[in-house]
Amino acid sequence: MADPVLKIDGLEVLFPGFSGDVHAVNGVDLDVQRGEIVGLVGESGSAKSVTAMTALGLLPPGAFRQSAGTISILGRDVATMSEREMNKLRGGDVAMIFQEPQTALNPTKTIGKQMLRVIELHSDLRGMAARDRAIELLKDMRINDAEEILGRYPFELSGGMRQRILIGMAFACSPKLLVADEPTTALDVTVQRQVLQLLHAKARQTGASVLFISHDLAVISQFCDRIYVMYAGRVVESGPAQKVLGNPQHPYTAALIEALPEDADPGAPLASIPGTVPNLVNPPKGCAFQARCRHAHAACDSRPVLTDVGSKHQAACWLREEISA
Amino acid sequence: MSFLNVIRRRLMFLILVLFGVTVITFTISNLIPGDPARMIAGDRATPEIVQNIREDLGLDKPLPVQYLRYLEGVVQGDFGNSIRTRRPVLEDLRIFFPATLELALTALFFATALGIPLGVASAVWKDKPVDHFVRVIAVTGISTPAFWLGLLVILLFYGNLGWLPSGGRIDPSLEMPTRVTGFLMIDSLLAGDLQAFGSALKHILLPAFTLGFVHLGVVARQVRAAMLEELQQDYIRTAKANGLSRFKVVFTEALPNAMIPSITVLGLALGDLLYGAVLTETVFAWPGMGAYVVNSIQALDFPAVMGFTVVVSLAYVLINLAVDLIYMAVDPRIREVS
Repeated sequence: MADPVLKIDGLEVLFPGFSGDVHAVNGVDLDVQRGEIVGLVGESGSAKSVTAMTALGLLPPGAFRQSAGTISILGRDVATMSEREMNKLRGGDVAMIFQEPQTALNPTKTIGKQMLRVIELHSDLRGMAARDRAIELLKDMRINDAEEILGRYPFELSGGMRQRILIGMAFACSPKLLVADEPTTALDVTVQRQVLQLLHAKARQTGASVLFISHDLAVISQFCDRIYVMYAGRVVESGPAQKVLGNPQHPYTAALIEALPEDADPGAPLASIPGTVPNLVNPPKGCAFQARCRHAHAACDSRPVLTDVGSKHQAACWLREEISA
Repeated sequence: MSFLNVIRRRLMFLILVLFGVTVITFTISNLIPGDPARMIAGDRATPEIVQNIREDLGLDKPLPVQYLRYLEGVVQGDFGNSIRTRRPVLEDLRIFFPATLELALTALFFATALGIPLGVASAVWKDKPVDHFVRVIAVTGISTPAFWLGLLVILLFYGNLGWLPSGGRIDPSLEMPTRVTGFLMIDSLLAGDLQAFGSALKHILLPAFTLGFVHLGVVARQVRAAMLEELQQDYIRTAKANGLSRFKVVFTEALPNAMIPSITVLGLALGDLLYGAVLTETVFAWPGMGAYVVNSIQALDFPAVMGFTVVVSLAYVLINLAVDLIYMAVDPRIREVS
């Protein structure tokens, strides 16, 4: 099998703080294979974004420390790559889309200028050829008056339009890996759907792998081949989307699914998970979900590891250990 | 809002400002104890002579009448005659204003040429030694009186090292270049007189440094703050994700946007430099408006003082107009909002 597009092994990231280091990522293993769309799901603070940003070297230097683990992109260890090589990679073979289309574009430069910058940086296209490429990318994103849009400034466009432009830009140089960090969270529900479909179609069409970060299980379930569920800086369950969502093996995944409003009885209060994410300055020694878990018992005081609970399906919970044992 | 609208509005504003400025300075001039007619006549003049002078100058008329007569002149470009130099005030200003402007612009150039890079370095390497160094420079600049700094640099570069002259605009033994712009450095270049240019440059270095040093700190702090603000914006992350180098992210993405709020500070700095030149000019015997107005105040030469005030106010309003127009040129968001 070819090298995975993205492979993360035993990643640990901490942020130095006044009241002690915040252990944001605590040993994450994750891989994205060629052409695969992988979902990374979890509530706010589960370190989904930090994991992805660390992988692409986008966290502000000095603000964090990677205390353990290796990251390789397209078979190359990023720790051995120079700043220059990383810059060549970012925007070329690896692209990223962010949560806030409102602020993700430079407010004082035209769309055209910002798109051409990426195209000219990573390809041999120049001048009119580069411009034609930009128009083609916009048209692929169902933007009809593409020529006119190139002359516009970001503040003149809607959020959905800007996110489509950003997705177009991300595909500018046929990336092999696209990291999409909550790309539709800031958009209206109707626009969300349209943007997701465009992103999905474009990824399938170009064969790009996608690491799709979201807290929205409904979106993840429609979109992803395989998913990782993260909690408090750890992967608690992973596997094919249908299996994980259809037959969750970790109480946290199960609770997330129960909390979906789609399944709620009309009029009944919505289900929620009691409690909050643990303080990661002093992360719990055992299972991080222990304090909120309705199945918690004595074994949960020590940390469970990811174990096979089915074909390609893994969960980190003592409950499964007992059942399978 | 179109450029023309902004210009039109600002010019209307200008009329109001000038009206206010003339009323206030005129009133204050007349409240200050002292009789210009007696100053001119001298100690031993008889009361009749003083009275004659007073009538000649129209000082015997009621204040509002005097003011209206003055305003009538100003509208026609006549600021009256200087009591001290006996020349039309406008002519005096024409001689002295370019000298001050040349000094102020050179000081501003010095402050921005050093202040912007220092501010950028300070933001990029926040909390690193460079940042501490720049902050010390900035605080020192803001808290150092210009006249004291002027004396120090004269002591060092003229007194001890002998590298630079202590005052004046040009070596007195050289012939002054033909007056075209009133800026000695430009006029000497236009005349092709490199020796005069060199001398003018040497003469302006110390006063421009002294005058600009305060603003160097102001500019560096402003650029630092604006850069820190821009560098944490989402579009910077996008630029990095697009593979732009660190250098490009700083200089083609963050800096242009950080300069937008900094333009205001630069405009204010130029205004400050114009009247701040008064002290510096005195220390360096720079024959500009500062020295002129100080002498005029001491001689109770009201037409000259008022002429100075009107010209500086005019410059202030025009600088602000320029700032507004530059804003519109560089920020599409302001241009589009109507």
